[in-house]
This record gives sequence, structure tokens and C-alpha cells, in this order.
Amino acid sequence: MNMQTFRESAFNGLWKQNPGLAQLLGLCPILAISTNTVNAVSLGLATILVMSLANLAVASLRNFIPYEIRIPVFILIIAALVTVVDLAFNAWLHKLYLVLGIFIPLIVTNCIVLARVEAFAAKNDALSSTIDGLLMGFGLLWVLALLGAIRELIGTGTLFSGIEMIFPDASPLVILGNDYPGFLITILPPGAFFALGCLIAMYNTINTRLAARARLKPAVTVSTDSATPEASPAAG
Amino acid sequence: MSNKYSAVRTSLRTAAIMIVFTVAFTAVMAFTYDATRPAIEASVQEEQMRLINEVLPPDSYDNDLLADAITVAGEQALGPDDVKRVWRARKAGTPVALILEAAAGNGYAGRIAFIVALRPDGTVIGVRVTNHKETPGLGDYIDPKKDRNKKKPWITQFEGVSWSQVDNAKWALRKDGGTFDYHTGATISARAMTGAIARAVAFGVERADALFAADAGNKL
Repeated sequence: MNMQTFRESAFNGLWKQNPGLAQLLGLCPILAISTNTVNAVSLGLATILVMSLANLAVASLRNFIPYEIRIPVFILIIAALVTVVDLAFNAWLHKLYLVLGIFIPLIVTNCIVLARVEAFAAKNDALSSTIDGLLMGFGLLWVLALLGAIRELIGTGTLFSGIEMIFPDASPLVILGNDYPGFLITILPPGAFFALGCLIAMYNTINTRLAARARLKPAVTVSTDSATPEASPAAG
Repeated sequence: MSNKYSAVRTSLRTAAIMIVFTVAFTAVMAFTYDATRPAIEASVQEEQMRLINEVLPPDSYDNDLLADAITVAGEQALGPDDVKRVWRARKAGTPVALILEAAAGNGYAGRIAFIVALRPDGTVIGVRVTNHKETPGLGDYIDPKKDRNKKKPWITQFEGVSWSQVDNAKWALRKDGGTFDYHTGATISARAMTGAIARAVAFGVERADALFAADAGNKL
């Protein structure tokens, strides 16, 4: 994998095809777990782990998987890996497991894992697939972290509540003061939709601005033909 | 696959490949299960111990508490579930406390599981919620980790209360004519907990002798 394709993978995963904002393929865990920052980041990390492992496994085995049964085999591989991660968390990261508990098995149903396996790992070598899984996972992680932070801050006025489950010495940051009354709806499921909607709106605005600027540039310099293919605004 | 195989051969071949994958990945899962089992069992025990330590000071007993447990089946006083565990704490052979697993079935969002530690004379040592689905930020103050009042969480008002000292009818929220506080706007969670604690304590007091006398590992 050379620098060019790495940069492309990074841009795709972190921005252009971001699983949380553009592909919207991980809604179930995103909406359920983003009630606070610690949960969101933890699930993001677990998803990164599963995505890289799944991409690695599928890319290494892709020549042995017959085309017509690829989906069942992919699901089998992903489910097996999630089970392994679930057991490993339970055994060695028990505190974190108590927080994430029911959400780790839900990674199986996170469409983004199957989507990357099908769209990327089934056609590329093991190394680039693993990196693609990592970067797509990071794309999901930062959206999850941001969403979790926004919901927690508005909902309860704190940041990193529950951090003591992971680092016993750390304590949550109280940002809006101890007498902040809280804004319950941002913690409840509807709040997840509102917050994610606002994030997607911002994401699309930024993309439109960028596209407009890219269109303007060649006009100012009066270049012969437009050098860069126009980035299409992400489909909602 | 190409057309050079018949449909039957194709399906047999594909099925065989599928079976190979299934066996291989089942083996991976089975191996992980075996490798992680001791650690998981240890964490479960540790977790139980941590919860028990929250309601009962570890230096107040000297027996192997987790091993000195019995199960109670079909007891409505302890909540809607069938099987509940009861741990017995003893110091030098004398009963120190009972730790009862119990649940309130009528929380705002279903079942609230908790443990309550009880002296043989009916004094509550401590109560901790172990599992609940009450509304975050509203009814979840029954769990001291979520209670905004860190100095004196809601649940601690049961500590030191004795079954004989409070009239039966007074084991209720102030709103219902009882003695216990609640947070305005989230009465249901507190009411469910108070009622369930009262039922569990009554059960513990009434059956204390039998609960302490039963052999460890027995069903009552």
C-alpha cells in the first residue's frame, strides 16, 4: 500500500464516506450508545477492533470464499470475531464490559462492518483492508465521541461521566456547574436523532462550501481544464 | 462458480466449503471461550464481592461469603423472579448479616434488581441497585452512582433503619404517608424501590433463623 492509496483511504474513512455522517450505516449503536462520551468512545474502540479484524480475516480468506456464499461466510466471520471480542472484553476488560455489555453483540448488526467487508476487504489485499477497517472505524469513533460529548454536555452538564469505571482515579468533568438542571431529551433516544441530524447538516454545509470553493478556484486562475474532479456532496 | 458443474455438484461443493468455514470459526469461538472462562468466572465473583462490599463492610465477617450462599425459589416477597440468592455473613460462627437478592417488578421501566444487607435483628445495613432501566437523569437516582447528591444519595436513607422501629404502614414514601423521601417528578422509581425493600426486609426478618440455618448451596 503506497502513500497515495493510504491518503485516499484516510480521507474516505474520516470524512468523505464517514460511516457515521455520510454512509449512515451504524445508526443502531450510534443512537443507542451516544448518551455519554465514555460509552461512545468505548464502543467506537470496540468497533474499530472488530472492523480491522473482520477486514483482515476476510481479505486473507477472500480467495477461498465462493462468490455465491460470500454473505453467509462474511456474517459467520464477523459474528465469530464479535463473540471473541465480547469474551475477551468480559475476561480482561471487565469494567469496560459492564459499561458496554449489551452493545458489543450489537456490533454484529452494525451494517458498517459488513459493508466494508463486502465493498473493500473482499477485493483488496490484507494490509490495505486492515488499514481501511481501522480508518473507517476511526471515522465512526470521532462522530460517536462528538455526538456523545454534545449529548452529555447538554443533557447533564458533565463530560466523561463513568470514566471511573475505566480509570478508577479519574473523575468526570462538571462543565455547566452542579446546579445545572439537565436537559433530559438530549439523553433520550429522540435527542440522539436531533443531535445526529444537526451534525449531518453541518457536515453537508461544510461539503457544499468546499465544493463551491473548488469550483471557484479554476475560474479565478483561468485554468485550461478543471484539474480536480468535483467532490460530490454526500448523499444523506 | 462457472457452469462446468451441475447444480447438484455446485450446491454440494459450496455446502462443503460453508461447513469448513463453520467448523473453523466455531473452533475459534470454542477456543476463546475455553481460554477466557476462568477469567470471566473470576470477574463475576469479583463483581459480586464488590457489590456486597458496598452494602456490608468486609471486616464485619470472616466466613467465605460467596460460598456461604443459598437460593430461594418462588418467593414473591423478593420480587417477580423465581430464583434469588441469599448470602450469609458470619463472624466466628455467629450470624452477622443476611444479604438478599431481590427485585422490584413495578419500576417506571420494568424490573429493578437490588441487594439488601440486613442484620439478624432486622436493621438494614445497606441497599444497592444492581440493575435497572429507569429513565436516565430522572428516575435513576435510585442508583447512588447516578444520584446527583453524592454526599447523601437517596438510597442511603434506608441504612440503619430497623424493621421493628418503623411501623409497617410507614415503609412508604412521604407522599403516601410514609417516612421515606423521594425526588419530585420521579416518584414511581422511588415508590417501587421502597415497597420492594420493605417486602425483602420483612421476608428476611421473618425467615432469618431458617435462612441462617440452611446448609450452604441448598434451596429453600
